[in-house]
Amino acid sequence: MIYTDLCIIGAGPVGLFAVFEAGLLKMRCHVMDVLPQIGGQLSEIYPKKPIYDIPGYPVVLAQELVDNLAKQIAPFNPTFTLGERVEKIERQEDGAFILETNEGTQCHAKAVVIAGGLGCFEPRKPALENLDTYEGKGIDYMVRNPEKYTGKKVVVAGGGDSALDWVIYLAELTEELTLVHRGSSFRGAPDSADKVMKLAEEGKLNLKLNSEVTALNGNGVLKECLITNKEGKIELVASDYFIPLFGLSPKLGPIADWKLNLDRNAITVNVEDYATNVEGVYAIGDINQYPGKLKLILSGFHEAALMAQSAYRVVNGGKKASLKYTTVNGIQSF
Amino acid sequence: MDIKIHVEEANGNLNTIEAPTDMALSLMEILKASDYPIAATCGGMALCASCHVEVLDNTYAEEPNDAEMDMLDTLPVVSQSSRLACQMPITEEMDGIRIRLMAEATME
Repeated sequence: MIYTDLCIIGAGPVGLFAVFEAGLLKMRCHVMDVLPQIGGQLSEIYPKKPIYDIPGYPVVLAQELVDNLAKQIAPFNPTFTLGERVEKIERQEDGAFILETNEGTQCHAKAVVIAGGLGCFEPRKPALENLDTYEGKGIDYMVRNPEKYTGKKVVVAGGGDSALDWVIYLAELTEELTLVHRGSSFRGAPDSADKVMKLAEEGKLNLKLNSEVTALNGNGVLKECLITNKEGKIELVASDYFIPLFGLSPKLGPIADWKLNLDRNAITVNVEDYATNVEGVYAIGDINQYPGKLKLILSGFHEAALMAQSAYRVVNGGKKASLKYTTVNGIQSF
Repeated sequence: MDIKIHVEEANGNLNTIEAPTDMALSLMEILKASDYPIAATCGGMALCASCHVEVLDNTYAEEPNDAEMDMLDTLPVVSQSSRLACQMPITEEMDGIRIRLMAEATME
């Protein structure tokens, strides 16, 4: 069990800056995120995107902003649980909360700050009838442990960089490897595309272009993929594993089950301190909603500051925080 | 001028919205401003596909650009008429266009 003052759900820019604001008030933070790295959308989707509306930066790349935020909060020694999704928040008799992830990690926190952005990033799934029947029984949406595919028959679908990269990696391990791509060529990194074409020429990869996986067969576990090409030709390919790699897309996820007031996929909050309807639970950044809300990183930073003042009272038994100016003593780390 | 855009949601609801052509807006921005539940995660950079729409009439002839093609190529479900709304500037030629929001674009 991890013990902390604030548990922050979401390691995007706003979640990270909340560590800073909480740190100024001597509150310890633990940050949890479903993605394996910090930075949220900025690192996952657009690390090289220039951002123009951060005060004091005429322009900053998304990943640069994340790196700077990480430096800014380092003095406060935040701890992290990354690559795990918070599934449950349970209130204890003493008013504290215990949060639990899909991997069973538990965090005991005096207050909870949801900085979940657009929600959890989840894999995009192909439209196949019995897809869920085989999830975990032959279908993987992510390659977590490549060794498990050693000596297996594997079908990968997708035409983006991650499909190409994994096919190149898996070609060394699998007994039989098939790549199914809807298009006639690859638009991803040219170097990876060349390598994939070479693997196909060498007979290490069955490359099915202009094709899609259109059905799955099995008996409790996946046995074969049905692949249809643009001319309507159908082929059955024996498969121990089917790995559709179509990128990630944000979903609200378990947040919907936490008894919080929601309005169109966002958590409604009190504008004084960004508190939710559950005492001790705050929501800041893109995940919240209030009259006049602007979904900007800038607004999330402001919300983090106000949240910290209010959370201080929750963490310190009703004691009021006094505003600290960093100009007086600088950052006092702990 | 203001143009009319007919928007079909994933559940079949059809509505018409109006959009100004003189504000350098994209179709994605108009859809968001009209409270459609599209995520538009990346803010209009053709990097996330969470503004994926289908163009349902064949009079609109603008072709997707390269960045948009790259992104569409990575999706599990696309059609010949798939577009990313963030890459479609609001123009007079678009007047009367009919589009369908793809499930991919919404957060439900």
